[in-house]
Amino acid sequence: MQNSEIFSNIIRFIVLVLVQVLLLNYINFLGFINPFVYILFILVYPINGNKTLLIFLSFLLGLTIDIFGDSGGVHAAASVFIAFIRPLILKFAFGVSYEYNMVKINKVPLTERLVYIMLMVFIHHLLLFSLEIFSLSHILLILKSALFSGIFSTIVILCTLLLFSRKSS
Amino acid sequence: MQQIIFFFIRNKNFLLFAVLFFISISLIVRTHSYQKSKYVSSSNFISGSIYAIKSDITTYFGLKQENRKLVEENLRLHKQLENLKSGNIPPPLDSTLLPSKYVFFSANVVNNTYSKTKNNITIDRGANDGLEIDMGVITSKGIVGIVNNVSKKYATIQSILNTKSQINAKLKNSEHFGSLVWNTKAPNIVQLIDIPRIAKVEVGDTIVTGGKSTIFPKGIRIGTVKEAVLELDDNYYDLNIRLFNDMTNLKNVYIIKNMDAIEIEQLEKEADDAEQ
Repeated sequence: MQNSEIFSNIIRFIVLVLVQVLLLNYINFLGFINPFVYILFILVYPINGNKTLLIFLSFLLGLTIDIFGDSGGVHAAASVFIAFIRPLILKFAFGVSYEYNMVKINKVPLTERLVYIMLMVFIHHLLLFSLEIFSLSHILLILKSALFSGIFSTIVILCTLLLFSRKSS
Repeated sequence: MQQIIFFFIRNKNFLLFAVLFFISISLIVRTHSYQKSKYVSSSNFISGSIYAIKSDITTYFGLKQENRKLVEENLRLHKQLENLKSGNIPPPLDSTLLPSKYVFFSANVVNNTYSKTKNNITIDRGANDGLEIDMGVITSKGIVGIVNNVSKKYATIQSILNTKSQINAKLKNSEHFGSLVWNTKAPNIVQLIDIPRIAKVEVGDTIVTGGKSTIFPKGIRIGTVKEAVLELDDNYYDLNIRLFNDMTNLKNVYIIKNMDAIEIEQLEKEADDAEQ
């Protein structure tokens, strides 16, 4: 990573955490639906960047959200998990040679981008809510929360990506 | 030896993942026990002060409502005071000198959640102000929860809207008591279970705290019965309780300290030890 990239990643980390804990955790759309947009950090992390560093940073990111939300380690666990399986999902969404093609998330076709984002978001949310609620008798509640929050998160993440994408020269 | 090192280098991502995932899971397990780890909680210094800044800004939006609530409470207390003065019961010579069992602290809520299944509230008072774990928290309208974590300047409260919460409560007009739990469905409805069949329960009855534990004094208002379910072969009622408190809108809370708590707990512990 270059210096500017490290800098922008640090800024992104802090801004996403603050937006998540001060704003998005309080939306409570229809009573219980909150988007978890902080995983945007994991989604847009450079594809050829250091994977070990990403796993570690995801843990830190999740733990910070947990500290603010008093939720133990549920966000940390879910974030670490999607950071670890990210290469697999990248391969699935963008094809085997994604690493050599220097894929940029803002430049791939919309369907591929959607597959990538939705897979990451839903795996994250499913794990998050299973760990948070942690009981088989509430399995419907888990699925319901994961589905609705997942849709909400996907929409907000897509909008954020559109808003902050640099215009291709 | 070389093989082992190569193995570690080759699988470093997986190993790191496994270690971090394990740490997260153990953190989760630890939150399921009542006493939480001290640092992974919003009562720590950094998150506490960030929440305090946020609440400094957002309190302005609710000042009018909050004022009205406080005026209402003042009015109620004034009435009580007048009743005491003019009532038949002569007031004690100097009530401030009488040793009271309960001490009250006031605090502001800096963070409140109610949409999760395990909700916590953060307040801006901590160990420096004399707060300890296991103190009860109420507002002028009803109960809020129990202090479960304290740092120097902040504390977190396990809200009654938390699946781990279990508070002793009873019907106001009889001595039948049960436990107050929450089924996560709605933030203004909680459940009172284990009220025996023999008790007379009607919709609209008031529910108050039972005073069986050292946390809450007896008779603090909780809510009214919204619905009473009793199956034919059940021995216990399942009651849905509508809370007096609006748990989604909390600002000023009071923390109750029971001065006799240590003595009572010690006594009970001795009794337990003697039985074994």
